[in-house]
Amino acid sequence: MSILVLAEHDNDSVKAATLNVVAAAVAIGGDIAVLVAGSNCAAAAAAAASIAGVSKVLVADNAAYANQLAENVSPLVAELAKDYGYVLAPATTTGKNIAPRVAALLDVAQISEIISVESGDTFKRPIYAGNVIATVQSSDAIKVITVRGTAFDGVAAEGGSATVEAVDTVHDAGLSSFVEEKVAVSDRPELTAASIIVSGGRGMQNGENFQMLEKIADKLGAAVGASRAAVDAGFVPNDMQVGQTGKIVAPDLYIAVGISGAIQHLAGMKDSKVIVAINKDEDAPIFQVADYGLVADLFVAVPELDAAL
Amino acid sequence: MKVLVAVKRVADANVKVRAKADGTGADLNNVKMAINPFCEIAVEEAVRLKEAGTATEVIAVSIGEKSCQEQIRTALALGADRGIQVEVEGDVEPLAVAKLLKAIVDKEQPDLVILGKQSIDNDNNQTGQMLAALANMSQGTFASEIVPADGSVNVTREIDGGLQTLTLQLPAIVTTDLRLNEPRYASLPNIMKAKRKPLDVFAAADLGVDTAPRITTVKVEPPAERAAGIKVESVAELVDKLKNEAKVI
Repeated sequence: MSILVLAEHDNDSVKAATLNVVAAAVAIGGDIAVLVAGSNCAAAAAAAASIAGVSKVLVADNAAYANQLAENVSPLVAELAKDYGYVLAPATTTGKNIAPRVAALLDVAQISEIISVESGDTFKRPIYAGNVIATVQSSDAIKVITVRGTAFDGVAAEGGSATVEAVDTVHDAGLSSFVEEKVAVSDRPELTAASIIVSGGRGMQNGENFQMLEKIADKLGAAVGASRAAVDAGFVPNDMQVGQTGKIVAPDLYIAVGISGAIQHLAGMKDSKVIVAINKDEDAPIFQVADYGLVADLFVAVPELDAAL
Repeated sequence: MKVLVAVKRVADANVKVRAKADGTGADLNNVKMAINPFCEIAVEEAVRLKEAGTATEVIAVSIGEKSCQEQIRTALALGADRGIQVEVEGDVEPLAVAKLLKAIVDKEQPDLVILGKQSIDNDNNQTGQMLAALANMSQGTFASEIVPADGSVNVTREIDGGLQTLTLQLPAIVTTDLRLNEPRYASLPNIMKAKRKPLDVFAAADLGVDTAPRITTVKVEPPAERAAGIKVESVAELVDKLKNEAKVI
């Protein structure tokens, strides 16, 4: 059975999340094609063609796909999907926006955020904020799936030599249009790709205090994250939220500062290799998942940590 | 503008739900049930649109067993005008829910449908997008701001990189993210008033929708447990452990 992977890209390059999805496709087994739907996206298509294990890249290069609007991309994917047994997308905001729409157009179920491939039709996925792991089996002819990136080690971005094929069909539903995007610009690594993350919670008290975490992050080459409480309080923007409904991360080291550890936050970071918690409340649930817990006032401990690094 | 809001009955967000020992499902015995938090945000937004004079009527719809009428009543107490329950037994997959909602959309012809972006039980994040596909409507998922205009609505979405704003032609489907609003608490008089608001009940079969599952849950199990960690006494000890024991810095 062949597999169609929806690339995560920005027209110029292919995002790392695509490599995790291709890894899931390799685990399923079969011929792997990657769809790059965008506008002036030849560079992204070329990058997709060099991904290890990919045999074909389909490029739909049209202004209608410029901002990857779900209303336009979904019918394209649904049309192409008829030649495939699987449609795989990353469980990113783009993938989650498009994949269910594709599934409904095909009249098939969609399986969200798989964390393992058990067989060609059976997958594991977390439910209830990751407190329960369900093994699910699909009876649909075309399986539309989103893949949790942290659960699959990405394949190599280089080494492949896929053929590149243009797709000429244009779907412009005319239902929606792009107005603007406000994207945070940062020299730090992306949260979902970082090997170290320093995260702050309500205990940080305000946005300025996050500068303490940023200093540490810059020394460690880390990304800065936040709990929902910190985002809701307006300390930091939404793209920093780690948790059940925010970003799911699994870095080598996760340092949680002033985060109590609600179920919803733990769901987003408990697969990290090493977890450090700094919190003055020794009963905070975060300590139950921490490898190293430090019961201390963060306003004393964080500057000390900064000085020690 | 007529606004339809979908609400789902789920285990309360503060409950840590566990897998049943026999692996057949999640253990919901004696678990407190509540309106899904994202659905509550959807209801709040619809009520605010009504208070602002934009929405003329707010209809709360839920799909589930009779018990989900409790969550419809919650939505009515928050300010929705009337309720619709579509009666189905057991767990219904997002595709079937979307088809049932599509049938209600066909009946009611709303200008705007607001749903939660995901329910915190099955964490699927699918229903709104599927409904948009079936109804061939525009979709604004993960919304943190909704600004109605003439014949359209501007929706700001929480995306991985930051925020994205789209213009959606009406009728449109919007799914809520956490920052859209902070839901109010229902007052006692409004809870009493909600009991007298109209609530229609339909059977799934009457709507001509096949709700047969496409996915079988083979088993459920608890996640891998993390080994217990240790408490360190000082920052110096922490740095030493990270360097020499965990070797991560």
